[in-house]
Amino acid sequence: MKEYQTIEEVSGPLVFVEIDEPVGYDEIVEIETSAGETLRGQVLESSEEFVAIQVFEGTTGIDREASVRFLGETLKMPVTEDLLGRVLDGSGQPIDGGPEIVPDERQDIVGAAINPFAREYPEEFIQAGVSAIDGMNTLVRGQKLPIFSGSGLPHNDLALQIARQATVPEEDEGSGEDDGDGSEFAVIFGAMGITAEESNEFLADFERTGALERSVVFANLADDPAVERTITPRLALTTAEYLAFEKGYHVLVILTDMTNYCEALREIGAAREEVPGRRGYPGYMYTDLAQLYERAGRIKGREGSVTQIPILTMPGDDDTHPIPDLTGYITEGQIMMDRNLNSQGIAPPINVLPSLSRLMDDGIGEGLTREDHGDVSDQLYAAYAEGEDLRDLVNIVGREALSERDNLYLDLADRFESEFVQQGYDTNRDVGETLDIGWELLSTLPRTELNRVDEEHIETYYREDVDTGVAGESENESEGSADADEAAAD
Amino acid sequence: MSQATETETGTSEDGRIESVSGPVVVATDLGARMNDVVYVGDEGLMGEVIEIEGNRTTIQVYEETSNVAPGEPVENTGEPLSVDLGPGMLDSIYDGVQRPLDVLEDRMGAFLDRGVDAPGIDLEKHWAFTPTVEEGEDVGPGDVVGTVPETESIEHKVLVPPGHEGGTVESVAEGEFAVEDTVVELDSGETVSMYQEWPVREARPTVDKQTPTTPLVTGQRIQDGLFPLAKGGTAAIPGPFGSGKTVTQQSLAKFSDADIVVYIGCGERGNEMTEVIDDFPDLEDPNTGKPLMSRTCLIANTSNMPVAARESCVYTGITIAEFYRDMGYDVALMADSTSRWAEAMREISSRLEEMPGEEGYPAYLAARLSEFYERAGYFDALGDREGSISVVGAVSPPGGDFSEPVTQNTLRIVKTFWALDADLAERRHFPAINWNESYSLYRDQLDPWFEEEVASDWAAVRQWAIDTLDEEAELQEIVQLVGKDALPEDQQLTLEVARYLREAFLQQNALHDVDAYSPPEKTYLIMGAIKTYHDEAFAALDAGVPVEEITSIDAAPRLNRIGTTEEYEPFIEEIESDIEHQLGDKY
Ligand SMILES: Nc1ncnc2c1ncn2[C@@H]1O[C@H](COP(=O)(O)OP(=O)(O)O)[C@@H](O)[C@H]1O
Ligand SMILES: [Mg+2]
Repeated sequence: MKEYQTIEEVSGPLVFVEIDEPVGYDEIVEIETSAGETLRGQVLESSEEFVAIQVFEGTTGIDREASVRFLGETLKMPVTEDLLGRVLDGSGQPIDGGPEIVPDERQDIVGAAINPFAREYPEEFIQAGVSAIDGMNTLVRGQKLPIFSGSGLPHNDLALQIARQATVPEEDEGSGEDDGDGSEFAVIFGAMGITAEESNEFLADFERTGALERSVVFANLADDPAVERTITPRLALTTAEYLAFEKGYHVLVILTDMTNYCEALREIGAAREEVPGRRGYPGYMYTDLAQLYERAGRIKGREGSVTQIPILTMPGDDDTHPIPDLTGYITEGQIMMDRNLNSQGIAPPINVLPSLSRLMDDGIGEGLTREDHGDVSDQLYAAYAEGEDLRDLVNIVGREALSERDNLYLDLADRFESEFVQQGYDTNRDVGETLDIGWELLSTLPRTELNRVDEEHIETYYREDVDTGVAGESENESEGSADADEAAAD
Repeated sequence: MSQATETETGTSEDGRIESVSGPVVVATDLGARMNDVVYVGDEGLMGEVIEIEGNRTTIQVYEETSNVAPGEPVENTGEPLSVDLGPGMLDSIYDGVQRPLDVLEDRMGAFLDRGVDAPGIDLEKHWAFTPTVEEGEDVGPGDVVGTVPETESIEHKVLVPPGHEGGTVESVAEGEFAVEDTVVELDSGETVSMYQEWPVREARPTVDKQTPTTPLVTGQRIQDGLFPLAKGGTAAIPGPFGSGKTVTQQSLAKFSDADIVVYIGCGERGNEMTEVIDDFPDLEDPNTGKPLMSRTCLIANTSNMPVAARESCVYTGITIAEFYRDMGYDVALMADSTSRWAEAMREISSRLEEMPGEEGYPAYLAARLSEFYERAGYFDALGDREGSISVVGAVSPPGGDFSEPVTQNTLRIVKTFWALDADLAERRHFPAINWNESYSLYRDQLDPWFEEEVASDWAAVRQWAIDTLDEEAELQEIVQLVGKDALPEDQQLTLEVARYLREAFLQQNALHDVDAYSPPEKTYLIMGAIKTYHDEAFAALDAGVPVEEITSIDAAPRLNRIGTTEEYEPFIEEIESDIEHQLGDKY
């Protein structure tokens, strides 16, 4: 292994080295500083005389005397089932004081693309126990469904709730109800640039619920090197793929915060003086993100699955910002957190209108969830959207100026938020309960309004006993606030 | 992709890698021409020459370049990037350089490895060739010399290739042959087999282009009814994520009355292609009753597959489309999404350090887009035959903003614009095609067909629907300020009629077995039923019936159930007669 002391330039996270023997693109590099510290990096560009290296830990401490070794291979993740229960840093080194990890295999962290012909279409319903998700934006095994959030919103609480509650109903039969351990998922948690406090919140919850035993934690925290964030999710996903496709686990991967990951990409792009794309992010960010998100899925003939819940905070709550925008173009939907709902005390503050689960259709219905599921969801969407629209108008003309029909929709929109979406982070609703709440709301409308629901389902589920109009309103308001109090007390 | 073989001319020379940066490799001493296919590095990764500067040749590599190092060899094939053409392309799924994904799965398992090449069509497989020419007949380029039953629905026509001189048939074979076997010999010394090769970046020759006058019937109400596409026409579907580009494209692939469908998943989701692979074999073409896959060729270069192959996949697709067009078929090509293709161009261009144009796209973006859409059309093909290629391109504008370069440059070319709207999608109004913004420049030239084939007042009823929707848009602005009840009764009634147009006519659930496909007759009858309601309701209003009484009749809401009703004709008749009675009883 050739060693060079020929660093020509250090610039931001990049080091340029003169070489005289060819080096492979993407190859791993070790740099030893004069202070004796070893840093790791990766070849970003390779020509006969020069290479550009991106240093994961940052270039602090590197000078022209530092020595550079090319390891002759691309970055590998040592994988083994023994990783379950372990806490690693953002480069995959154990930080939990546990025993040394003896790898079963070392796998390239830039995973090869799954051949679309070899994929199995994801369609197994995952019950998250959260109505806004199960009822309206159903998650299935092997899906990539991000949470689009904003700074200061309770996305972590939601992610943890899903990690705790997620089950696949049919396979759950026999296991005791409410044993606090409903999930049969192995959880891979990839943290990128989050605060130590947030990270502890996750770890504490994992420990409290016993989930840690079937989790692997990769933690790159806010004060860890930014460039390292570009490899953390790849280590996490390589581990996930190994556990899923070679060891048969159903793996739930939580990646947070993708915004910090993208910032790191931007930093590297700027250091390389690349032509920037929209808002300074690299033009290849779509491809780069796709290489992470597309690692979710199922494969024909293999037992396990990789389900991804990436979390991102939208800068300025703007969903047209390149980070959520490119993400939404790749992922199979999105769960949208809403600042207004949050300030109203709705927990989780999910706005279902801009939320979407693209794989919902094949995961629900007769034999999977319930035969009325799709219709209920469609009708609630249409009704809530109509009620939402009317709110603007009410502000101008007042309720009295609206027709009776309009008033019904306004009430429904309110109750939808305070009864259907609102549930708190400790309530686990099964999908039947969720749909029943949906019917309670829909039954406040005349039957003829339910044009998206099959007549048979109306026969079966429409509730004649539900109050409509003004009387119902006050009653529900108090119910709603009681729920909110309960959540606040948690 | 074509198994490019080294030419014997000896012009090609092997070179060495000088530098590697992602998908872009620079080689020195490579005696290659522009767009030649080369094999890069020790693993022989497939690439294409995209720039030549003195002794330095720039190559875009169609596979991952991790661990490829300077100094490794580059081998030139001396041939441009080409596709293999012949029977066996239907019912197939390819990557962006026409490698069959099922063969790749066989060879390297579930994950796509590198350095594996495979011909686009099976060279071993034998096909039953039936000649249609006899010895002594004169044939020229484009003439049919025989047929092969390619799939259940498609008879493959074996043509004299475009480059041939032609001549008198000296001998003709009949029976089972592999695609490369000679089936016809000409006195010119030329031979014809079932196999052709064609460089993807070059349009296959035709005689002429005609003005299209037949619709590509899509089975989608808003499209056939309001914004129709012609066979041989071009259309764009721009929209933000989640607005319905893919579902719309898939509906077109399933239900449109094309003979052949080429469906290109360009830089999009893996599972979406899997869905097509899973669903299509079990679905029937509603026009012929044959399995859908037997008329379909899929090209899947998903977002995580190499970016350079994303650039080439649209060319691979359109060349295959042209081949079936040459046989006289009506081909529909869907590209989801052309934005990913444009971005791949941008990515490669920026690695070449070319001068960026608008938003970093290369200056030749507009030219590439129009070259591509120009390959659509209703053609007089070689060999005295007509065939068409309709192209439908999805566009994915960043942030859903249509003012960006790919959308704008596309709109300058295409004649049908189906504008998807996030707001409609949010309220689950699907397809979320905005009827105020969309247009079709084919409408007038297609009306005669609809009037002849469906109903003589097709255009008139459509105009009534458009006017009603326009009026609604204006009234909605007032309603936003004063509320609906403040409007005069006739305007309230117009809003009610327009609501049925939106809910019963414009909305169409692609996920519902029955609703997903609406033949033009049904499309017309639904429009007509709503118009009946309109006419009867206004008659009642004129007779002094209060608007609340008119809108509360129970026959009207049933309009919304026509879409999902299979036996729609008696159902519509019943609704119309109930409307007449229920309203008639009121005055
Ligand atoms: N015509 C339609 N009928 C029913 N649902 C639709 C229709 N079009 C779109 N959808 C819904 O919208 C979602 C997103 O559509 P999709 O075509 O994937 O959007 P895009 O390709 O624009 O991101 C789908 O998963 C489906 O739930
Ligand atoms: Mg799409």
